[in-house]
Amino acid sequence: MKVSLFITCLADLFYPEVGQATVELLERLGCEVDFPVAQTCCGQPAFNSGYHREAKKAARHMIETFAHADYVVAPSGSCTAMLKEYVHLFSGEDEWEWQEKARALAEKCYELTQFLTEILGVEDVNATLPAKATYHRSCHMTRLLGVKDAPMKLLANVKGLSLAELPCAHDCCGFGGTFSVKMAPISQQMVDEKVVHIEETDAEVLIGADCGCLMHMGGRIRRQGKPIRVMHIAQVLQSGLEKEGS
Amino acid sequence: MGIQFGDVVFYRRVDKGIRDQFMRSAVRAAQERMRTSRLRAAEELGDWEEWRRLGEEIRRHTLEHLDYYLEQLSDRVHALGGHVFFAQTAEEATSYIRDVVQKRDARRIVKSKSMVTEEISLNDVLEAIGCRVVETDLGEYILQVDDHDPPSHIVGPSVHKDRERIRRVFAEKLGYTGSAEPEEMTAFVRQQLRPDFLTAEVGITGCNFAVAESGTVCLVTNEGNGRLVTSLPPVHIAVMGMERIVPTWEELEVMVGLLCRSAVGQKLTSYINCLTGPKAAGDVDGPEEFHLVIIDNGRSDILGTEFQSVLQCIRCGACLNVCPVYRHIGGQAYGSIYSGPIGAVLSPLLGGEDLYRELPYASSLCAACTEACPVNIPLHDLLIRHRQKTAEEKRQSPLGERLAMKAFGMVAESPRLYRWGTKLARTALLPWEEDGVIRQGPGPLQPWTSIRDLPSPERETFREWFENRRKRGERP
Repeated sequence: MKVSLFITCLADLFYPEVGQATVELLERLGCEVDFPVAQTCCGQPAFNSGYHREAKKAARHMIETFAHADYVVAPSGSCTAMLKEYVHLFSGEDEWEWQEKARALAEKCYELTQFLTEILGVEDVNATLPAKATYHRSCHMTRLLGVKDAPMKLLANVKGLSLAELPCAHDCCGFGGTFSVKMAPISQQMVDEKVVHIEETDAEVLIGADCGCLMHMGGRIRRQGKPIRVMHIAQVLQSGLEKEGS
Repeated sequence: MGIQFGDVVFYRRVDKGIRDQFMRSAVRAAQERMRTSRLRAAEELGDWEEWRRLGEEIRRHTLEHLDYYLEQLSDRVHALGGHVFFAQTAEEATSYIRDVVQKRDARRIVKSKSMVTEEISLNDVLEAIGCRVVETDLGEYILQVDDHDPPSHIVGPSVHKDRERIRRVFAEKLGYTGSAEPEEMTAFVRQQLRPDFLTAEVGITGCNFAVAESGTVCLVTNEGNGRLVTSLPPVHIAVMGMERIVPTWEELEVMVGLLCRSAVGQKLTSYINCLTGPKAAGDVDGPEEFHLVIIDNGRSDILGTEFQSVLQCIRCGACLNVCPVYRHIGGQAYGSIYSGPIGAVLSPLLGGEDLYRELPYASSLCAACTEACPVNIPLHDLLIRHRQKTAEEKRQSPLGERLAMKAFGMVAESPRLYRWGTKLARTALLPWEEDGVIRQGPGPLQPWTSIRDLPSPERETFREWFENRRKRGERP
């Protein structure tokens, strides 16, 4: 199966290891991974800030970049939700052509764990991570994209991993893209509360499926000097198998 | 009071909220309680999503045929011997109500909770002509006694106070000597209010829903004061926003069920009063005179726009109970009687976009509000729509942001610029890197690094890794 990868700008620049794990994981599961080099950013920073003209520029470019793909897979619930949002972004009367193209893209877009469970039908990827962890469900992935169970199904089969339930898991970590800098004092209160909840689980590892949330929570955890490791779910699912896959 | 209270700038109010540990723990406790019971009550109902869809459909249908139902409602009330007044503005509404009160030569007025009368500053107008206006809902009463402290929640206006603070207020202002036990304090308030109910000449209430087919006003309360306000005084004035209407009793049942479950997590509240017209011959109670004041005050400007769905709101406060931003800054930080996510959408529409410019940004767009809304208002989408108006239509966002977004647009559609940009970012940030992270970033990174470390961009981006791997021949 040929899979076109949307790596997201955060993973590309800040977390290449997340992209690498995603590639290796998909290849190990028998996918042929295509990386369209023209890809940039999904446009979410502009879209959420209300700059829809700029968001449309990103959207048109992404639609064209992935026009050839059978499946588009991204290691991010939030960015995948944004790709699907293009359908609503092009809502003007003179935009039906782009709307059609956006719809075609939306239909073949998947967040990584969603793709693994729904399309590949895999729930056990044979990974091993002996650690106590907790999982942060990101808001956009669960609420906007509607992917709730896929990560838990996959994590449940990771050998050695004991997963503690995160208290108040439904609460936002306070990232929110530009919100984290525009409303920094509120964002700080939100992330501090989240970190307290993470600590309550005694987890050594915090797992998430969105680099944005992880950058925010991880950055705060590091600033506070807490001994909690932050991992993207792609890395967890590729744990113990790094050599085998590449 | 009007929609707005105080004139402190938004960021100060946020700061004040965040520092108020007392308020925050009170709000957190209330939020947890209400959120949990809401989920339980929704679960009991069976397919909650189906109910939400039905609720949304009823509200949408009503809004799309609002003129028809308003006319039907008005005709029914007239036929029953009541008076109906359509007020375009807050001034029109308050002066009509003032006239009714003056004609009766009334001095003593009891009220039951109503957001819309706050919105039109009714108490101020009535107090200015020498009336004594008593709020009879416990929450509103507490705020009124406490030097007119503004409300911080749509359903529980004094949610930011705990029992000890309330005891102190009662002791200071009313000479209360009892304990901080809710039962004891409630009994005390009851004693305080009884003479007011018995002597009031006019009772004023809001209206949770008006039933168009029967001309009925429906009040949902937990304390039973609504019934006393509407049955003891000889005059009852009900004030409603023009959108608070349902076609028939059948829809009323659905909406009341959704309201009670979403607001306080109960199947039904203790008191649901449905009042149809003034006292008829042979009735044992009810007012001699009934007025229904239907208020526009900016609502019809929202009809037919992309914000129309906000008028579906039934003021249950469910979005406040799940909002993490609300939890940390408190309702008063919104500077509007309508707080939380719904307030962030509604206040700029009713109170003025310039006055409430920051509110749509006070959201991480986590969509918990949208998920909780019993009538499917896409609250987080409407917040983005507000931002779009500020940024694109009114061009009132900061210049730096506008330029940055312009640059973003250019980079996002050009792979070459994107590549160059990421390389440049890497090199430019090197001097600030320390141990793999940036602890004090320059310029635009400053607000991020003021509270968080930023991972320093990797030497090899993902795309470089991918290409190098191919070049090394590891993969085709």
